[in-house]
Amino acid sequence: MAKFQGIDYYKLDDHFSEEELMVRDMVRNFVENEVLPDIEEHHKEGTFQKDLIPKMAELGLYGANLPEKYGCANLNNVAYGLIMQELERGDSGVRSFASVQGALVMYPIYEYGSEEQRQEWLPKLASGEAIGCFGLTEPDFGSNPGGMKTKAVEDGDSYVLNGAKMWITNGTISDIAIVWAKLDGVVRGFIVPTDTDGFSAPEMKGKFSLRASVTSELVMDDVRIPKENILPNGEGLRGPLGCLTQARYGIAWGALGSAMATYETALNYAKERIQFDKPIASFQLVQDKLVTMATEITKGQLLAYHLGRNKDEGKMRHQMVSMAKMNNVKVALDTARVAREVLGANGILDEYPVIRHMMNLESVYTYEGTHDIHRLIIGADITGIEAFK
Amino acid sequence: MNILVCVKQVPDTETKVKIGDDGKSIDEADVNFVLNPYDEFGVEEALQLKEAVGGEVTVLSVGPESATSAMRTSLAMGADKGVRLNAEDVRLKDSFSIATALANAIQSLEYDVVFCGKKAVDGDNHQVGPMLATLLDIPCVSTVTSLEFDGASFTAFRDVEGGKETYTGELPALFTTDKGLNEPRYAALKGIMQAKKKPIDVSDAEFPAEDSLVVESMELPPESPPGKIVGEDADAVPELVRLLKEEAKVL
Ligand SMILES: Cc1cc2nc3c(=O)[nH]c(=O)nc-3n(C[C@H](O)[C@H](O)[C@H](O)COP(=O)(O)OP(=O)(O)OC[C@H]3O[C@@H](n4cnc5c(N)ncnc54)[C@H](O)[C@@H]3O)c2cc1C
Repeated sequence: MAKFQGIDYYKLDDHFSEEELMVRDMVRNFVENEVLPDIEEHHKEGTFQKDLIPKMAELGLYGANLPEKYGCANLNNVAYGLIMQELERGDSGVRSFASVQGALVMYPIYEYGSEEQRQEWLPKLASGEAIGCFGLTEPDFGSNPGGMKTKAVEDGDSYVLNGAKMWITNGTISDIAIVWAKLDGVVRGFIVPTDTDGFSAPEMKGKFSLRASVTSELVMDDVRIPKENILPNGEGLRGPLGCLTQARYGIAWGALGSAMATYETALNYAKERIQFDKPIASFQLVQDKLVTMATEITKGQLLAYHLGRNKDEGKMRHQMVSMAKMNNVKVALDTARVAREVLGANGILDEYPVIRHMMNLESVYTYEGTHDIHRLIIGADITGIEAFK
Repeated sequence: MNILVCVKQVPDTETKVKIGDDGKSIDEADVNFVLNPYDEFGVEEALQLKEAVGGEVTVLSVGPESATSAMRTSLAMGADKGVRLNAEDVRLKDSFSIATALANAIQSLEYDVVFCGKKAVDGDNHQVGPMLATLLDIPCVSTVTSLEFDGASFTAFRDVEGGKETYTGELPALFTTDKGLNEPRYAALKGIMQAKKKPIDVSDAEFPAEDSLVVESMELPPESPPGKIVGEDADAVPELVRLLKEEAKVL
């Protein structure tokens, strides 16, 4: 198999800096050499490739856009996006791991935490010495997290947490959980060490999607944590939603990586697979599919690229992130499904990456705000009328 | 220890090359350039040596401004500084000219060890390293697969047909590096961020008055004929053997 070259139909590479391209190419090689050889096996077994944790840390892939003084690389957001793109070219589960660690655990500590909390946790999280998870979703509250039942109660110099979270990426393998819970009716974030009495994180089984990623419940039964573990800045849903904006930004890029992987597989396959004495790529219907994929990926790249430049210039609005997450994940899912078709029966085999990406994307479509919720966010933005309730 | 590594920016081996308008060199538009993979072993070995005994790693390259990315990659991996010997038409220069330009620059530097890749994957000449050592009048061990240093002495190992050769000698010395010497590290993000702050000195390359070799023309290899399927099962073996003997003449 020829080495992955990505897609650059619109000469976007000319707009990336030398540094951004170096970051992208480094992660591309890393994924080629360290992720792809073992990913199908982990997918089959339903296990996360744990040896990647220190390897990604060594390269600085966690919280790569956070400041150097906390042990991070201080990259711009375009370079950060390119990292997510390349990781998800490998597998959405690997990108999810890095997204959660960086955007959903390190970011809230950086953005809403005290200086002591930053000093204590960010270097450890950057170096992979500590793993984190983000507990927002509950069994009864997904798209509507504001209804959450998990509660924190003040008791002397502690907070006592009770409740349950569900669908939590990295839960079982985490050292700390960022738990969102209501304190006097207001959503607040708490840093909860997972070895605290009363805390457990059983792994959820039976997934057909993101099989190479750990998904867990968090069960909190009178979990007592010191008062200084509350994130002091950031009250209400604004806190978790601010984190989600960061993670969704990464997904907008990540989805493109997945789409490039399935498009490239379909293109190569179509050029080599002979039916009726010709490569199937010579049939108009097959070309139509490939053209749609290439066009949609190219449009998605332009969205992600401009979103990134806007973010670096401080002009990004969260609704813009919703548009890119919504669009690019849908593009990736459609690309994977059509690539599956192009491969015929081979499309269902794990010998090719297509079916794995396709199943993974069903989660990506739903988590971090479902596709439809993002439509409603943009709808509310352009009409001024909220249609959630 | 002062360690020098000569590096070249080469087209990614996956790139489909086209011949340029001059008919003598490749068309560089749309070509993805990378650090020559054999030079990467040199950079890695230099970094490991520096980590073991201390010192400084300098990377040198002959080429135009656009050829700095190989040096940046080396700096991102951890090299300390770069020296670029500026030259525009570097792809038409022969190995001796390149070795001379490097030697002219290296004469004025302090060095204990020089690394060159055993070859550049584009030119495939295997010449610059040994020529450079000769010009510098220092010992050269080519295609090393393992190296040990003890003060100013070295032991170098190289694979030879069916066995291994061991050389010992004194520094300064030049080594050309082969696959197997080490596993080059990835340039971590911090290294990439620091690379742009590291200095690259630029001076004009001093070549000999004339090249002793001139590229006359460059052509792509003929398209390989399509594969042939002789048959499906054991019955096909005699015919396959016949074809391999008579047509392909490989048996
Ligand atoms: C693999 C995986 C990993 C995850 N990791 C995490 C994690 O690390 N941390 C975390 O907190 N959560 C995580 N989640 C949870 C994820 O964010 C939620 O699944 C998501 O927010 C949707 O919630 P829900 O599944 O409860 O669906 P629901 O909210 O019940 O939605 C069901 C359907 O109804 C639609 N819908 C809901 N409300 C409306 C409305 N007002 N108008 C129109 N349609 C509506 C939705 O679009 C959807 O199609 C993960 C999920 C998965 C699958």
